[in-house]
Amino acid sequence: MSAVFKTDETFRGDFKYSNSPAAIRRFPLPFVEDKYMYSVNIEPHEAGPKGSIMEFQFDVDEHYIGECRDREIVLKEDPLRYQALPHMMSAQWDVLELLMDSMSRDYPGQFSLSKHGNRWTWHNKLLGIKDEFTFGDPSTLPREPLDYITRQAQGDFVVMDQRDGDLYLEAGMVTTPADWSMDFDLGMTFKEWHGPVPLAHELNVFDRALKFLLNLRLNEPVRRLNWTMTVNPRLDTSPEFYPRWGSDRATVTPDNVADKAHVRVELQGLWRLPRSNAVLFGVRCYLISIRELATIPKWARRTHRALRDLHPALVDYKGLTRYRDHVVNWLAPLDDGSPTTPGNSPE
Amino acid sequence: MSRSHSHTFAVTVTAITQVTPLIKHFVLKASDGSQLPAFSGGSHVIVVMKGASRVHRNPYSLLSSPSDLSSYEIAVRRADPTRGGSVFMHDHVTVGMQLEIAHPVNLFQLDKLARKHVLFAGGVGITAIAAQLEDLKMGSVHYELHYSVRGPEHAAFADRLVKRHGDRVRIYHDSADQRIDIEGLVAAQPLGTHVYVCGPTPMIDRVIASARAAGWANSHIHWEQFSAPPVGEPFDVFLQRSNITLSVPPDQSLLEAIEDAGIDAPYLCRGGVCGECKCRVLEVDGVLVHNDNYLSSEEKASGALIMPCVSRAQGKKLVIDL
Repeated sequence: MSAVFKTDETFRGDFKYSNSPAAIRRFPLPFVEDKYMYSVNIEPHEAGPKGSIMEFQFDVDEHYIGECRDREIVLKEDPLRYQALPHMMSAQWDVLELLMDSMSRDYPGQFSLSKHGNRWTWHNKLLGIKDEFTFGDPSTLPREPLDYITRQAQGDFVVMDQRDGDLYLEAGMVTTPADWSMDFDLGMTFKEWHGPVPLAHELNVFDRALKFLLNLRLNEPVRRLNWTMTVNPRLDTSPEFYPRWGSDRATVTPDNVADKAHVRVELQGLWRLPRSNAVLFGVRCYLISIRELATIPKWARRTHRALRDLHPALVDYKGLTRYRDHVVNWLAPLDDGSPTTPGNSPE
Repeated sequence: MSRSHSHTFAVTVTAITQVTPLIKHFVLKASDGSQLPAFSGGSHVIVVMKGASRVHRNPYSLLSSPSDLSSYEIAVRRADPTRGGSVFMHDHVTVGMQLEIAHPVNLFQLDKLARKHVLFAGGVGITAIAAQLEDLKMGSVHYELHYSVRGPEHAAFADRLVKRHGDRVRIYHDSADQRIDIEGLVAAQPLGTHVYVCGPTPMIDRVIASARAAGWANSHIHWEQFSAPPVGEPFDVFLQRSNITLSVPPDQSLLEAIEDAGIDAPYLCRGGVCGECKCRVLEVDGVLVHNDNYLSSEEKASGALIMPCVSRAQGKKLVIDL
């Protein structure tokens, strides 16, 4: 995507954030049919259509600069949003290599990487960063490798070590969580850190997902979409700062709902890492206001139906209880009852 | 690196050495000259061999250093009784030939939280351990290898290991009646030690039994025991979902027969270890011959599941959910 990179977006305070028409059209609507329920909706993370958010392994879009800036603000105030246990160093280098290789290959105008043996030079033109370092030697980078590279990437990153038939959350950069805390979950097994998710345990979703991920192969990453809603285009909806955003839910009214309520979609990717045999879990977050979403007639109808008929346990878990009705009521006049085409494309 | 189809890429054999009377050593480089994919110690690759009448896909451990990606090294023991892949590797593969391999998979990885690593290897089992030693050499945690070989003429890898790792490696020659004191070594380890073993079945069983007897947690005991698909009696199988009947000859595995029929079945290790190919048995007139190390004894006894990569049926009819 030949995006124009915005330079003055904010995800807090004055919330200076919007999607261009092109960004709206490539938004990954999570409702692939008129109703929504969990499924093990995992598919190969292969190159999607040109310009789509799945064209490349790691999507870089018009919000890049603002998102990186917001991450710096979070980390300054709460440094524990980045953590890595000591035995995760080889996995840190794996992630750095994967991100640098992918971003420089897919966005050569914005990022470049040159390698002379283990001497690497990384140039991030969007953020004005240029560093030469020795791959494998943490003392040659200004920060730990995972910290360094994920400050220059959109989305959260979690690294899971594989041992004893399980995956342990033992490193990560999480500044845009949908109300979960990596600091709390650090060291947990796969099922432990997914403990709060309702219904899915009864459906054995995590048994199947874990079994699948334990055999995840190199060079065959997978992805899935997940979603929730957020009041205001706020990225950091963390339990650590709940007092700052929890009460936002009470500010939604029939008059402001279209601009305040946002659908938040997570493109979740999973990669086997080569040197550490760990698994990288990437959570790339997309925000769209109800007003922006409704510029696509099919999406207005689809979203109206999916939210109206959402399972009560999910309404509660996703934190929508207080304002779901406002959203549904605002979308209702845009739903003439006509059928929607299969899939989540704009038409 | 170019990918010839979805799961494999082309490598060229650049050197072959007969390292022991039964083992040949192969050096593989990416056919397009690029760097090979990174991997971790304990990984294997599936080598796809296109024989005259049949395609073989065998798993071989990568024994070269994970920090040198200019080439991969594998070692192949000639199987006896002769069956498929290893014979092809020994008799038909020559320098300059191209092979297809899949990306490395690690089902035998080092535990990164171990306070100490003690490794046991017997014979060609050293191939699964060799690259782990390279990873350990780069780290700061103590490790030691106890490696048993038949005799000096079988010890080509031993010299190389001693050169690389010095007194962290101890070699035992069966011919000189040198035996590893597995029980004594295991019992003497400090808390937090992890043990790894790859070798003949009795050796693996002894290491596991010794560690359990010494009160070790299962999480600290690691082994790799790839089964080659054994030769068996011919049988017929009906694939319910594909609606097709196949004949599995004595020297072909159920998985290979399924693949030969053009049906894309899941697999990862092809050695009865990982569980990826596990398949539901819908009907069997006869007995299932389970050769895997994945299913529990209860699951094997139930007759409801089979691992097509190494296991087969003996009898008139087998129906599976594929």
